[in-house]
Amino acid sequence: MQLSINRLTHEVDVEEDMPLLWVLRDELGITGPKYGCGIAQCGACTVHIDGLAVRSCSIAASDVQGNVTTIEGLGTPESLHAVQTAWIEHQVAQCGYCQSGQIMAAASFLDFNSNPTDDDIDYAMSANLCRCGTYPRIREAVKSAAAKLNGA
Amino acid sequence: MGKLKTYTRRAFLISSAAIAGGVAFGYYAYKKPVENPLLNNLAEGEAALTPYVLITTDGITLITPRADKGQGAYSVQAALIAEELDVDLNTVAVSPGVPSAAYFNAAVAGEGFPFMATDESFAARQARGFGGVLAKLIGMQITGGSSTVPDAYEKLRVAGAVARETLKEAASQESGVPAGQLRTENGAVYLPDGTSLTYTALATTAASIEPVAEVVLKQPSEWRYLGKDMQRIDIVAKSTGTLKYGIDQTVDGMLHATVRTNPRIGGPMIGYDASIAETMRGVEKIVPINGGVGVIADNTWRAFQAANSIQFDWGPAPYPATTEEMWAQTSAAFSPEFQDSQFRADGDVDAAIGETTIEAEYRVPHLAHAALEPMNAIVLVTATRVDIWTGTQIPRFMQANVAKQTGVDHDDIHIHVEMMGGSFGRRLEDVYVAQAVELAMTVPGTPIKMTWSREEDMTHDFPRPMMMARGRGSINDGKIEGIDLGIAAPSIIENQLGRQGQWLPGPDTSIVAGAWDQPFAIPNYRVTGYRVPAMVPISSWRSVGASGNGFFHDCFLDELIHAAGADPVEERLRLCNDPTSRKVIEAAAEMSNWGSPLAQDQGRGIAFCLSFGVPVAEVIEVVHTDQGIRIDKAYVAANVGKIIDPINFDNLMKGGVIFGLGHAMNCELTYSDGMAEQDNFHAFEAMRLYQCPKIEVRGLELGDKVRGIGEPPVPPAAPALANAIFSATGQRIRELPLNKHINFV
Repeated sequence: MQLSINRLTHEVDVEEDMPLLWVLRDELGITGPKYGCGIAQCGACTVHIDGLAVRSCSIAASDVQGNVTTIEGLGTPESLHAVQTAWIEHQVAQCGYCQSGQIMAAASFLDFNSNPTDDDIDYAMSANLCRCGTYPRIREAVKSAAAKLNGA
Repeated sequence: MGKLKTYTRRAFLISSAAIAGGVAFGYYAYKKPVENPLLNNLAEGEAALTPYVLITTDGITLITPRADKGQGAYSVQAALIAEELDVDLNTVAVSPGVPSAAYFNAAVAGEGFPFMATDESFAARQARGFGGVLAKLIGMQITGGSSTVPDAYEKLRVAGAVARETLKEAASQESGVPAGQLRTENGAVYLPDGTSLTYTALATTAASIEPVAEVVLKQPSEWRYLGKDMQRIDIVAKSTGTLKYGIDQTVDGMLHATVRTNPRIGGPMIGYDASIAETMRGVEKIVPINGGVGVIADNTWRAFQAANSIQFDWGPAPYPATTEEMWAQTSAAFSPEFQDSQFRADGDVDAAIGETTIEAEYRVPHLAHAALEPMNAIVLVTATRVDIWTGTQIPRFMQANVAKQTGVDHDDIHIHVEMMGGSFGRRLEDVYVAQAVELAMTVPGTPIKMTWSREEDMTHDFPRPMMMARGRGSINDGKIEGIDLGIAAPSIIENQLGRQGQWLPGPDTSIVAGAWDQPFAIPNYRVTGYRVPAMVPISSWRSVGASGNGFFHDCFLDELIHAAGADPVEERLRLCNDPTSRKVIEAAAEMSNWGSPLAQDQGRGIAFCLSFGVPVAEVIEVVHTDQGIRIDKAYVAANVGKIIDPINFDNLMKGGVIFGLGHAMNCELTYSDGMAEQDNFHAFEAMRLYQCPKIEVRGLELGDKVRGIGEPPVPPAAPALANAIFSATGQRIRELPLNKHINFV
């Protein structure tokens, strides 16, 4: 089947029910999305499909209709997305394993809500688990990113 | 601080040995030198200036042997070396190096002896020093016990200074200018006329001379990195998905794998039927392993699917099969025959605690580490060597174990230590590596990446054990007069050392850590540890014994304070006999505006625990809403002597509070039929972002001891929350998780 990932088309020969996460990680070597739980509980595997945050561990490859963006396609160390810039400025990460998913969740959320309240942020970002406890920095970084995206 | 100290060769490092094409800056373990592992692979023109600095014509590498599991250990170690070496952190490479006895950890074993952190008596110092010798001799290259900074603070700065001064000496030889007229900056030695010689250009000369024997460390006022906000060296990679954790690594020709072993941990596999798995797409091999089966496939998910299709016949658990039976065994250990320690017996407890006794029983459950990156390892076995790519806190033990397992010579076991997606103590164990080695041995020459499913990870964790405490106390005239606290728990250290073929001489201090060693002068004060016979295998979980004992000790203290009608802050301050700890309590009280009025539905609680040498006080504010308890604010103060990186300090303090609160709210591992009943995050959730309070942090820099901050903020979080809930509701909850008794928003 064909998948559009980070603006490139990939031909992959996988079972229809292989989760997108494992197509990305083990078939294509795109390791930014992480395996954490496999049941859409932790959010470490979050990617965008046509801009919408999706748990790649829980969507079958054959159900992917649209363009997939992983954190590698969101921005790079040389050309950062505003959310990534905010994450670096606030030094959010500890172990960092959840942060690809956190950043993808935040980027999608800010696309839909460019001027979020604190409650909006809490609600949107609570689907992503962080075992190290970086939540206070995530909150601050999302606010900074919103300001950046609004040209503040 | 600020005192000029000189370090002589005899006292600290360094001897040199001529080797082909370079110099060996060796390392003394007391009288016997430990080999400098950087010397084994030195090429012409390279110099290994101490085991922590490697300079080649291509560049400079700083060796940071303590593992990074998210706590920023690589950054802090690199900064300590770079500060003295005078190099820009952005222009050097940082590597965990290879496992070596040279990278022993003196601080972790040094704190294993039963002396209070506040005890500076001769005996206490002697014992800590002895632990350090012991660690050095067995080459215990361990990351844990919040020991990285205490162990490295002086050692790595001296390493950087020795290398710097030796490079100056080399520049002096090349230029004819006396070393005293030279200065260093950004990886180069500068002559008085402004010309410079880069370190890399000086490497060959440096390799040919005696290393400088005496160095003077910089004054804190001269520091460029230390004590100032730093950017972690991994922060860009971790914010762009480009950091490769162990689970992300690939090796040419690699296959994927997973395992299923008896969920009754350590129980046998009686039989299995893999007939469906054998036919599944991508499956290369089904391999029986110790206690279960491994599946080798061409994709991790295919390995998972195949493993799920195998029918297993598991044997019984070699331990009590249910949580109820485990509590019964724990409860039965409160008797003299199981007594493990009584490090504290002040006054006459039996006489003081008479008729007016207040009694309470406390419990904490088993807890999983649940690092977000499940356990994994890549192993390549050939006839002559074994390569392992994995995150680990115990590379030296792993090397020895794999040598034994494979029969390959110890020196030919190569451990490549990878960045870890969390650990919280989990990677002090290496069973997952042994399993990957078993699989790899069946396909010599083919690298195998073995990944545990989350379910395998959660149900095969060696958790923080359940612990129980029984307290008796007495009050008189508004004051606490006596506390008698008994704590029963299985021995974490005996359990962990046992898996490494070691034994624990004497009592296990972790059974009572965070309780017996608290800086309170209660006239009649006794803490007794009881060792529960081993049940399900257990291990160190962030803050180890203090994770439960902080809850027991402080909540019971709080109960007595309330019974006495005293103020929780004032009575703790009155009893506290350590000036630094008092300052910490005062700081938390001040930050929280302790004593200011609260609304009817609000509550405020304070808790204190001294662990790993760090006194921490936390104040929690809660609101009792219609939907349950909402945690609004947390104020946390700690003394670590010196804050190396204020940003990382702030992040780790907040993380520790959240870790402590989250597990106290809603986490437990329970057992039924010998198996853990919680197998994924839906059943072991801890804190979500919307539940996270606003957290204010204050770090104190008192005294001359420098401490780590990974663990100490965890123990006071649960009791501060329970004390706040009592303040808001009048309900005294003596069992974790708290949500067994009260709802959270």
